[in-house]
Amino acid sequence: MISYITKRLWQSGLLAFIMSLIVFLGMYVVGDPVEMLSEEDWTEQDKIELAIELGLDKPLHEQYLNFAGDIIQGDFGVSFVHNRPVLDLIVERLPATLEIAVLAMVIGLSIGIPLGIYSGIKNNSRGSRIISFFSTIGYSTPNFWQAILLIMVFAVFLKWLPASGRGLTNSMFGIEWAWLSLDGLKHMTLPAINLAIYKICMQQRLAKSGTQEILYQEYMTFARAKGITRNRIIRRHLLRNILIPIVTITGLEVGGLIAFSTVTETIFSWPGIGKLLLDSIHMVDRPVVVAYLILITLMFVFINFIVDVMYAFLDPRIRHQK
Amino acid sequence: MIDYKKKLDTLSLQIKSIFSGHPIAIAGLIGFIIFVLTALLAPWIAPQNPYDLMILDIMDGLLPPLSKLGNGNTAWLGTDALGRDILSAVMYGLRLSLFVAFVAVSIGTTIGVILGLLAATKGGWVESVIMRAVDLKVSFPGILLALMMLAIFGTGVDKIIYALIIGVWASKARLTRSSALQEMQKEYIDAARISGIPSWRIMMKFLLPNSIAPVLVMVPMALSGAIGAEATLSFLGVGVPITEPSLGLLIANGNDYLLSGKWWISIFPGIILVLLVLCINVVADRVREFNNPYLKHQDRQ
Repeated sequence: MISYITKRLWQSGLLAFIMSLIVFLGMYVVGDPVEMLSEEDWTEQDKIELAIELGLDKPLHEQYLNFAGDIIQGDFGVSFVHNRPVLDLIVERLPATLEIAVLAMVIGLSIGIPLGIYSGIKNNSRGSRIISFFSTIGYSTPNFWQAILLIMVFAVFLKWLPASGRGLTNSMFGIEWAWLSLDGLKHMTLPAINLAIYKICMQQRLAKSGTQEILYQEYMTFARAKGITRNRIIRRHLLRNILIPIVTITGLEVGGLIAFSTVTETIFSWPGIGKLLLDSIHMVDRPVVVAYLILITLMFVFINFIVDVMYAFLDPRIRHQK
Repeated sequence: MIDYKKKLDTLSLQIKSIFSGHPIAIAGLIGFIIFVLTALLAPWIAPQNPYDLMILDIMDGLLPPLSKLGNGNTAWLGTDALGRDILSAVMYGLRLSLFVAFVAVSIGTTIGVILGLLAATKGGWVESVIMRAVDLKVSFPGILLALMMLAIFGTGVDKIIYALIIGVWASKARLTRSSALQEMQKEYIDAARISGIPSWRIMMKFLLPNSIAPVLVMVPMALSGAIGAEATLSFLGVGVPITEPSLGLLIANGNDYLLSGKWWISIFPGIILVLLVLCINVVADRVREFNNPYLKHQDRQ
C-alpha cells in the first residue's frame, strides 16, 4: 500500500507540474501582458520598462521558475479589476461554491444510488422504466436550461424560492456560510437542485448498470443458494461491489461539480468561485483566471490522488499490481 | 477485394436488429434525422434569413407567437427584440449547433483513433506519451478545459470547435488502443507481419477496420455531449459570436426577457435543444446496450 501511494504521489506531482506549465505557456506566451497593461499614450521605452519590471525580458525557463516560485509562496498576483490579491478573492468565495457543491452531492448520492439499485434489481418493471425515462430526460437537459426552467417555475410562477444571490449569511469559524440561516438555505435550494439533478441521473445510471453486472455473478447466485436474506445480499454483496465504480466517479464528479458550478453560479448570481472565473474571463482579468486554473488543477490532482488511493483500498487487486 | 454490397447488407441487417422492437430508439432516430434535414435545408425552408439585419424591422420586435409581421407573414414562434423571426433563428441556430458538434466530433474522433492505433502498434515511449496525455485530459472536466482554452485564445466558431475537439479525442484514443491491442494478439496480424506487409498498412488495413467498432458506439454520445457543451459555452457568452447565434446563444438572448413574461424567445430554442440531445441520447443508449454483452446476456435470461 505504501509503495502504491508513493508511486501515485510522484505521478500527481508530475501531473501538477505539466498542467502548471500548460497554463503558464498558454496565458503568458500566447497573450502579451505588456500590451494589456499599458496605456495608449505609452512610449516604447515605457513598455520595455514594464516588461523588465514584470520579468518578461528573462529567458522563458527563468520566467516559469519565477511564476512557479511565486505560486508556491502563495503569491498569485493582484487582480486588475478588483485591485486586491487574487488569493484573497478566491478564498473569500470558495465557501459559497463548496456549500452548494456538497449539498448537491449529498442530494445526488442519497437519491441516485437507491433509485439505481432499485431499477437494476427490478429491471423491466414499470417503476424502473419510469425512473429510467426521467433519468434520460434529466441528463439530456443541459445544466443551464434546467436552471432557467427552475427559475421560471419556482421563482417566477410559484414565487416559493429566490432566484439569485446568497441571502443572509452567518459566520462559523470566521467563514460566512449561507446554510446557517433560513434565508440562506432558501437561496441555496435552487442552485443546489440545479447541480444535483445531473448527479442524480448519473448516479442512477451508474448504480443501475453496476447492479445489473453484479446481479448475475456467480458469488451472487452462491449467496442466494446459501439462503442469505435478500436485504443482506443487497447490503453485503451488491452495495459493496457497486461502490467501486461509484467512488471513482463520485470523486471525479466533486471536481465536475465545481466545474459546472461556473454555469449554475452565473445563472443564479451565486457569489462563488465559478462566477468569479466567468466574470474574470469577460473582463480579461488575467491574474484571477490564471490563479483559478492553477488552483483548480492542484485540486483535481489532489482529488485524483485521493480517488486512486480509495480505489486501491476498496479493491485489493489494484494495490497488488506491479 | 472487399465486397461492398455484402458489407452494406450486413450493416443494414445490424441497424435493423439494433432498432427493431425498440420504439423509443426508433422515434429518437427519426427525430434526429428530421433535425439534421431541417439544419441542412434551413436556408431554403426558413421563412427569413436571421443573419440579414437589413430585412429586420424593429417594429416587429418582441411579438408573441402567431403574430402577424409588418410584411404580412406570420411569426409562428414570435419574434425577438430586433424583430427577428424565432422560427428562422431556431433553424439557423440548429444548423450552427449541429455543424460545430459534427465537425468537432469527427475531427476529435479521427485524432483519437489515430493516436490510439499509434499507441497500440508503436509501443515504447510513443505509447507512454500518448497514454499519459490521455490520463491528463480525462482527469479534467471537459467544460473547464474548454473554458480554459476559450479564455486563452478568445471566442469564435473556430475556437469553440478546437475547444470541443480537446474534449473528444482522449476517450476515443484509450478505447481504440485497448481494442487494437486485443486485435493484435490474433494470428492473422502475425501472419500479415511475417509476410512482410509494412506496419502502417497493417494498421490501416487490418487494425483500423477491426478495432473501430467500440469507438463508433461512443460517437452518438460524444455528439450529444458536444452539442450540450457548445450550447453551455455559447450561453455563457464565451462560445459562438453574437452575429451567428447557436441554440445556446438564442437562449441567452431571450433569458433577459423571461422575467418580463416574454417567454417565447428562450423557450423555443430551449425545447429544440433538449429534444435534439434527447433524440441522440436514446439512440446512443440503445446502440450501447446492443453492444454490451452483459446486457445481452441478461435479455436471454
